[in-house]
Amino acid sequence: MLHSAQQLLRLQADGEITAVEIAERAIAAIEASQPTHNSFTHVAAESALQAAAAVDARRAAGETLGPLAGVPVAVKDVLCATGMPATCSSNMLRNFVPPYDATVVEKLRAADAVIVGKTNMDEFAMGASTETSFFGVTRNPWDTQRTPGGSSGGAAAAVAAGTVPLSLGTDTGGSIRQPASFCGITGMKPTYGRVSRYGLIAFASSLDQVGPMAWSAADCALLMQTIAGFEPRDSTSLDRPVPDYMQALDSTDLSGVRIGVLRDALDVDGLDPEVRQVVLDSIDVFVGLGATIVDVELPHKEYGVPTYYVIAPSEASSNLSRFDGAHYGHRADPVKVDPELGPLVSMYCQSRSQGFGAEVKRRIMIGTYALSEGYADEYYNKALKVRRLIKGDYDNAFAQADLLLGPVAPTPAFELGDKIDDPVQMYLCDLFTVGANLAGIPAISLPGGFNAGGLPIGIQLQAPVLDEARLLSAAHAFQTVTDFHTKRPAS
Amino acid sequence: MTRLPFTTIIGLEVHVQLKTATKLFCGCSTQFGSPPNTQVCPVCLGLPGALPVMNQNAIDLAVRAGLALNSEIPPLTKWDRKQYFYPDLPKGYQISQFDLPICDGGYVEIDDPANPGSVRRIQLTRAHLEEDAGKSMHDEAAGRSDSRIDLNRCGTPLLEIVSEPDMRSAEEALAYLTKLKELMIHLGVSDCEMQEGSLRVDVNINLHIDKAGEKIATRIVEVKNMNSFRSVAGAIAYEIERQYDEWEQTGQTFKDGKRTFGWDDNKEITYAQREKEESADYRYFPDPDLLPVRIPRERVEEIRASLGETPDEARTRLVSQYGIKQYDSDVIVSQGAAMIVFFETVAGASDARRASAWIQQDVMRESKERQLSIDAFPVSAEKLGELLGKVVAGELTNDRARDVFKHLMDHDESVTQAIKSLGIESVDGSELETLVQELLDANPKIVADVQGGNNKAVGALIGQARKKNPNASPQQVSEIALKLING
Ligand SMILES: [Zn+2]
Repeated sequence: MLHSAQQLLRLQADGEITAVEIAERAIAAIEASQPTHNSFTHVAAESALQAAAAVDARRAAGETLGPLAGVPVAVKDVLCATGMPATCSSNMLRNFVPPYDATVVEKLRAADAVIVGKTNMDEFAMGASTETSFFGVTRNPWDTQRTPGGSSGGAAAAVAAGTVPLSLGTDTGGSIRQPASFCGITGMKPTYGRVSRYGLIAFASSLDQVGPMAWSAADCALLMQTIAGFEPRDSTSLDRPVPDYMQALDSTDLSGVRIGVLRDALDVDGLDPEVRQVVLDSIDVFVGLGATIVDVELPHKEYGVPTYYVIAPSEASSNLSRFDGAHYGHRADPVKVDPELGPLVSMYCQSRSQGFGAEVKRRIMIGTYALSEGYADEYYNKALKVRRLIKGDYDNAFAQADLLLGPVAPTPAFELGDKIDDPVQMYLCDLFTVGANLAGIPAISLPGGFNAGGLPIGIQLQAPVLDEARLLSAAHAFQTVTDFHTKRPAS
Repeated sequence: MTRLPFTTIIGLEVHVQLKTATKLFCGCSTQFGSPPNTQVCPVCLGLPGALPVMNQNAIDLAVRAGLALNSEIPPLTKWDRKQYFYPDLPKGYQISQFDLPICDGGYVEIDDPANPGSVRRIQLTRAHLEEDAGKSMHDEAAGRSDSRIDLNRCGTPLLEIVSEPDMRSAEEALAYLTKLKELMIHLGVSDCEMQEGSLRVDVNINLHIDKAGEKIATRIVEVKNMNSFRSVAGAIAYEIERQYDEWEQTGQTFKDGKRTFGWDDNKEITYAQREKEESADYRYFPDPDLLPVRIPRERVEEIRASLGETPDEARTRLVSQYGIKQYDSDVIVSQGAAMIVFFETVAGASDARRASAWIQQDVMRESKERQLSIDAFPVSAEKLGELLGKVVAGELTNDRARDVFKHLMDHDESVTQAIKSLGIESVDGSELETLVQELLDANPKIVADVQGGNNKAVGALIGQARKKNPNASPQQVSEIALKLING
């Protein structure tokens, strides 16, 4: 592929390439990369070519086309799209074909985007390495011995490998930003409620958010423009006008913009020195663009991960109860009836035991415990209180700074198998990212440099609620004076 | 062996289905009796990725009910998830309300069955909104053990009205239920069609036994999911006996825990449900898919202003204003506010006793047979009033009016058109006079009896007159006869 979404739009407008040719190349690239990267759980070759042909025909007829006409987009397999399975990379849903489109998918279709397939992920979006997928691990295109991050690992790897210019990920505790960082691409978690969750198979409802993943902030803005907006079918959707994100890219002068640096975040244990250095170097770049640097603190940030790992599993334990084998989802067959439990409960137990993988089961157990009578006050309700404190921290920080700058993940991409047997180590991958989800604010991960081994390292910008335009603008400004985002892995 | 004295302690949880056109969290219809699984969508099926959106109309109806039940309506209420696994619960949790119900406290006043003329106040704990589950149908046909699930009912809005354990007898429980049902129908909050499951009752019951001045409480039993008043009364009567015997035999008291029972309508007994369900931990937590609900005070006041008179007020008013009997007033009021309006319209155009009789006999029978609400009844109150007005004026007999009424049930015609269609002609006065005179001439005994003071004797003429002219009204015939005899 090796083109951005905006280049593809231009080339089609100039008549240099057709949507069908683009789709054919994307599908060929995906099929070529699948054996090594395994970024996709489903390739929608036929429907993609049909959609592309329709775009070409309408262009030939002189019709006005949508803003993503003929641009291939990959969709994380946690989002519902008719005609394609929505598996959440789980054995539980391996055969589930939803009868409806998620709102974001509807919007992609309305924008004339070409949906080329569904991307691999950690099972039910639980993980930081895409190793918990029922369909096998996804490999990082920069180094196939390493993880692409997770849970939107497939979505990130597909963009990094150049099979598609755009993909949709979801971010519950960092699941867009951390894989974007590991794969050297740009990914944004929007404000909670900015993008509809209708048709997003819920992991943790109060934290989940759909967001764009692309090479550059400019392409993220293009995709964001399509998916953002109020949705009456999602009660948590924000009824606020969508700004012109593309226009926000016009100014690359950051004069007057105050960037808060989380100094003590740079001193935490476990932060890779090369990651630290990349953040420090990026400060200089922003200063060069005219920004003012201020030091800020988030006093309760050390409680972010524990708070997140109470709230997210609690909601997940509830959201995942619908997968019981009775209505949909894997059903144990035959059921060995345990006389103690009776036929029905035996069926539930065996269906869920067989359908879910280890990490999902672990989180269901944690969540069930945290919500159970006698423990809810100690865990769940206490976590809600800490969540409010963390929100308060951000409010204070944003009184002093327009944006916050810091690391995305403590390390560059780690090796496959490195943390999969150590859940606590895996959970610490979310150290710098969970805050934005707990506070509901937008945050972006963009390439900030490379380590000595040539692995990409991302930096993170966070902004107040609904200030995606400023995030995209600052990230774009950074990308006008750096070239980290243009580097591609050797194929 | 004689029993020790005891008091029966009863609390009720009543599930009332709210009369909304669509479900609590989606746009699916709440129509009863459609083919299985035809009124469903991704939201009420709990399909992965689907999200609930609250039905504002259900909130308004719940507030309406709460105000009529003298409850507080807190400014903020929220939705919680109640988790349990059941085949007819597609999401694995029910969206309900836990610690911030929409209606707080309140009371219902009933006539004290043990002490006629005095009033008992039954306190309410709360009333909260929740979605209904689906329905499992077990096929017990030979050689099969199929279970099928109909999810049409999933997501139907219910208001669960929870009383304090304030009732002391089955009679009180029934008086309370009757009152509650009448109130909900009157307010248009619910149809309370028990056979359709739109009013369901859980009874919590135990005994306080007085043993040498010491109060011993038996184990509390919750008898679930009854949909007739007869079942409620039966379950209470059965539990009183069973609990006393059980206490004598086992010595168990309320400290041994609450139990969940079912009611077998055929055998008229209660039976224990699986023990495991008793210690259920529902793991309630706020539903993160739904925002807390703010209920503006102005809205509450608007709804309060729209409540109108209570059924009790209406009952008293109909008796005093229209002079109908208390019993007739009770029947009309029990049919809801729309029926009161219907009655008043008919009464206004004819007379109240006739209106009341026709409504109780003809209108209610037809509406029941045809399963029509009074709003959808084919003969409007205006038409029935006009028709009965003609009876009052002596232009039609009651029997002929009934023929017209039946015709109007199936034909969209005016009263005049209907009378014409049926070939009913009003009888010319002078023509009738000639006829009656002929009959009097032929029946001197009748003339003599009337002259002797027995006016009723003219009744014998009616049949003969109608044989010659079927349109002659009995009233007209007797009036003319008396006039001719007495001059
Ligand atoms: Zn529905």
